[in-house]
Amino acid sequence: MKSTRIIQSALRNTRLLAVASCLSLAQTSPAVAQEFRIGIVSFLSGQAADSFGVPAVNGAKVLIEAFNQGKAPAPYNKPGFGGMTIVPVFVDENGGATKQVQELRNLYDRENVDAVVGYVSSGDCLAVAPVAEEMKKLLILYDCGTPRIFEEASYQYVFRTASHGAMDNVAAARYLKARDTKVETINLINQDYAWGHDSIKDFTLSMAVLYPNAKVQADQRPKFGAGQYGTEISQLMTQPADITHSSLWGGDLQAMILQASPRGMFRKSQVVLTAADHVLIPLGDRMPEGVVLGARGAYGMLAPKSTLNDWWWNLYQNRWNVYPVQAPYRMAQGLMGLKLAVEKAMAANRGKKPTTEQIAAALTGLEWESPGGRIKMALGGGHQAIQPTAIGITKWDADKRMMVMKDIQRFDAECVNPPPTMKSEDWIKAGFPGAKCK
Amino acid sequence: MALLLTILVDGLTYASWLFIVALGLTLVFGILKILNVAHGSFYALGAYAAASMVAWFASMQLAPAFSIVAMLLAAVVVAAVVAPLCERGLLRMFYGRDEVLLVLVTFALFLIMEDLTKQIWGVNPLYVADPYMLFGMVEIGELSYVGYDFMLVLVALIVGVSVWWGLNRTRFGKLVLVVIHNEEIAASMGVNVSRIYTVAFSVGIFLAALGGAFTAPMISVQPGVSVGVIIISFAVVIIGGLGSIPGAAVGALIVGMARSAAVHLWPVAELFSIYLVMAIVLMFRPEGLFQRVQARKI
Repeated sequence: MKSTRIIQSALRNTRLLAVASCLSLAQTSPAVAQEFRIGIVSFLSGQAADSFGVPAVNGAKVLIEAFNQGKAPAPYNKPGFGGMTIVPVFVDENGGATKQVQELRNLYDRENVDAVVGYVSSGDCLAVAPVAEEMKKLLILYDCGTPRIFEEASYQYVFRTASHGAMDNVAAARYLKARDTKVETINLINQDYAWGHDSIKDFTLSMAVLYPNAKVQADQRPKFGAGQYGTEISQLMTQPADITHSSLWGGDLQAMILQASPRGMFRKSQVVLTAADHVLIPLGDRMPEGVVLGARGAYGMLAPKSTLNDWWWNLYQNRWNVYPVQAPYRMAQGLMGLKLAVEKAMAANRGKKPTTEQIAAALTGLEWESPGGRIKMALGGGHQAIQPTAIGITKWDADKRMMVMKDIQRFDAECVNPPPTMKSEDWIKAGFPGAKCK
Repeated sequence: MALLLTILVDGLTYASWLFIVALGLTLVFGILKILNVAHGSFYALGAYAAASMVAWFASMQLAPAFSIVAMLLAAVVVAAVVAPLCERGLLRMFYGRDEVLLVLVTFALFLIMEDLTKQIWGVNPLYVADPYMLFGMVEIGELSYVGYDFMLVLVALIVGVSVWWGLNRTRFGKLVLVVIHNEEIAASMGVNVSRIYTVAFSVGIFLAALGGAFTAPMISVQPGVSVGVIIISFAVVIIGGLGSIPGAAVGALIVGMARSAAVHLWPVAELFSIYLVMAIVLMFRPEGLFQRVQARKI
């Protein structure tokens, strides 16, 4: 009898617990539905942290705060994403592609994020894209440059909200041609991995079209993180070319500049740096003048004048005491595109939180204004962005005590990006058919 | 002829930098039998400490020449404070255990120190560029070099001769050699083995930090500078023979010259040339160029 009473009591307690749990769930469910959780993956440690990862995350932090408070200008002025509070979950991209695949699964399965915005490394992008597709989860690649993502595969759930790397080199070559720069010989110094190799290919192919008689003399490919460039600089200076092209970035680029500048390399050859705006602030007056410089988009000192850019520039600078360079710009355009896509899908879903498929459909082929210009999801079946870009020349401003850009030339997105029907390499080799340049 | 001269000059300056760093690695292995994977972290620590010390000296309005003193002092501080802490607080607990375990322990130390440097100095790059131009420019043939690069050759010479002299011409050095030869007999003869280990480890770390401190003016000091230097230093000491000082010198020269020749003549083979040399040496001298074959102790 006693044992029966204990069992009955336990059952009563269990029922009470179940009812309490249901009530608790009923109370919390609406609150959960008002959140939009975003996994933000970028380098928080390692060699890419200082130049790309941390500035991008800093950009995400200020922008998400502004979104949540409804303080962004129109059309980004609805609080959060259509009223849903944005909850970011930050993850370090350092550690290699295998780790990133596991971290991506964790973000979707354990952190229950609605979308992931991330990845600087092209290797990481190539590794995580098929995983997100397999899991049917939304993935926004905001930074990596390899054209292979959407040229070698097609996706429903994966998007890249920035142009791929071909644009940077096509624009640099077009800039030289537009300024009638004499180019008979070319030297190259690029890192010995996918990014460097892609840059060499895109730049030399573009130059072959625009300067058919130009010849490549030296092709230096130091390993990533080499740090010491004395020997490479000697070799480049023993055969000084009309131009020296480099896609080096971060600490490698800074070390190369610090070692090459006193030795006169920047005086002997017109140096062209395709991804270098982020070193202008840390190098200051140690950055040589007269360098042809790109930022992988119309970013930072190369950004166009607009109300949206002024707002973004001030938002970032007031918070971090430094102006935004390319990585935070690309993060911002990714988050802005996602916001508009979510709100568009939400409107079509009668104001309810949209499904992943609805957001993906809304983002496919979308166009939106960003601080760096208009973003168009024009390639890869509407999943790969094209955007305008700009190239300029470095000049020291003694009054402002900072390196600024002069002789800036802007290129429309359709002038420096391939059409949807062609792969970038084929497009460049064919002489940029269909390019629309002003 | 001009190309040959350029290859030799570039090879020599690169080898000097490499020798300073690799010497500490080989010294620690020769005496303590520790293959110190964290050596690169001490190199990075030296670079960070130099950045802070040079900035501090500059804030006191001292003449630019004092920045060399500041860099030297930075390496001394790392060796005097961090090295004994690591040796006494961590490595000592694993002496006598399998050498593979010690490799893993130093790898853990490497990861810890990577994060510690970030916590202390952050992820933004630091610059110590002013000392780089202290020694002016040197014209060799048609090329101009930064005089600082040749100062590093002098530093490497001083460091190499000092360590050799310290080991072979001083009483303490002789005690170190006794410990290397047989630790147990040395202890039974009254040699303070524990103290010798601490001092030897600190000297090895001083050399790593010195390498980092004197490299700082040529680079932007930021997370990740420690990684590349470990791999290339291992190649040097393996070619020269683990634990051999002349081996480290010759190994650094071979790597420096091979790399320089490759960069000038066949740039895509830069890394390949280094490891090709290493493979050839190991084929004929598996113990390295300057390591004597040792009888196995039973």
